[in-house]
Amino acid sequence: MNFKLKIWRQTTREAKGELKSYEIEDISPATSFLEMLDILNEQLTTKGAEPIAFDSDCREGICGICSLTINGEAHGPSHPAAACQLYMREFKEGETITVEPFRVRSFPIVKDLVINRSALDRIVQAGGFVSARTGSAPEANSILVPKHNADVAMEAAACIGCGACAAACPNASAMLFTAAKISHLALLPQGQPERSRRVLRMVRQMDEEGFGNCTNTYECEAVCPAEISASFIARMNREYAIASLRERMGE
Amino acid sequence: MIVAVTGLVLILFVIGHLLGNLQIFLGPEWINGYAEKLRQLGMLLWVIRGGLLIAVLLHIYYTIRLAIENRRARPERYKRKDTVKATFASRSMVLSGLILLAFIIYHILHFTVRATDPRFNTLPLDPLNHYDIYSMMIYGFQNPLVSGFYLLSMFLLALHLSHGSSSFFQSLGLNNQKLTARLARGGRIFAWLLFLGYSSIPVAVLLGWVKLHTRS
Repeated sequence: MNFKLKIWRQTTREAKGELKSYEIEDISPATSFLEMLDILNEQLTTKGAEPIAFDSDCREGICGICSLTINGEAHGPSHPAAACQLYMREFKEGETITVEPFRVRSFPIVKDLVINRSALDRIVQAGGFVSARTGSAPEANSILVPKHNADVAMEAAACIGCGACAAACPNASAMLFTAAKISHLALLPQGQPERSRRVLRMVRQMDEEGFGNCTNTYECEAVCPAEISASFIARMNREYAIASLRERMGE
Repeated sequence: MIVAVTGLVLILFVIGHLLGNLQIFLGPEWINGYAEKLRQLGMLLWVIRGGLLIAVLLHIYYTIRLAIENRRARPERYKRKDTVKATFASRSMVLSGLILLAFIIYHILHFTVRATDPRFNTLPLDPLNHYDIYSMMIYGFQNPLVSGFYLLSMFLLALHLSHGSSSFFQSLGLNNQKLTARLARGGRIFAWLLFLGYSSIPVAVLLGWVKLHTRS
């Protein structure tokens, strides 16, 4: 298959970037999107040109490092999937494909398509620790977790922290990410001791990082490779409302 | 949260306002009697008006502030951006809201202050000095421009509320996975019922179903 590519090139964080056009030929439909970029980079390197910088690691949708906006959609047109799980057969022969980085003020561009998502790490850090007994492992059934809670907590914990939610959000809000992180501990007995403090600190850190606000468009859940439901945002709003009420009452 | 709560206050108002206005179909005695009852509330009416004004101002102040924050959160726009799930209504809340604000100002000047139509002040008051709301509505909506703007505004109101009414539950955390779809559907049905209700008045006037009453 042959494609025309428009790819965002930007040399440094401060430099002005632009979309540059490339053409690539003889790509097998079974090639993954990132492999296609590898092939393009090989051709660029052979020609002595600067290869396109992009992030990738596990290439199986687990690590959450790949972060491309392909044809205007975070992680590309195939949902739910990370950019690494996207294959060239999803595109039409001869199609022009636009590739941009995730555009969020809190994710500064490092180079080309590589962004810095430390803001998400700082939100998780703000959550702090979980009080747990150290030493020998407790008896497995000594802490009871209802099946439903375990299932919902597991759905929230599936978040791979890729930041596609913020990238797709019309407001560049990271509420789906933060909601998933808050929910999975709030649902489990192990997360109870710090439950209030955690939601307050994480939400405040999220605001401090300069993300936008949720206007309930649910664009985030549509692109999430881990299929995190936007109903976790409602849960976070609930957790936050209760926690800030308790804080105000001096608890 | 403030946006959601003030939004709810305004939703309750548009429901009440619609129920009041639909009394035009029951005849001049009903609607003029209803208007008179409102005026008899005296101070309470001004408290309600003041409350609504505060709700409107807070709703606008906080949404504009949020909208500015949201724009700042993405200084460099996408060259190409596709939406997967977000509805048109959800993406145009600021625009539909601002046009509605213009409508509300006009609407109050039109019917409450009676500043835009000189005929309103020549309408005879009844023996007890009551305004003839029924004739005011008919005069007003007989003008296709007024009715047209009204219909457009009601369309935008429905659009605004088709997103806003279910959004309220999400923002206050009164939502879960099962409820999301139901609330969204309920919100849309509610919004379009409001549109039908409000539009029925100018349409009925334009088509001549509701006529000026002859005085005996």
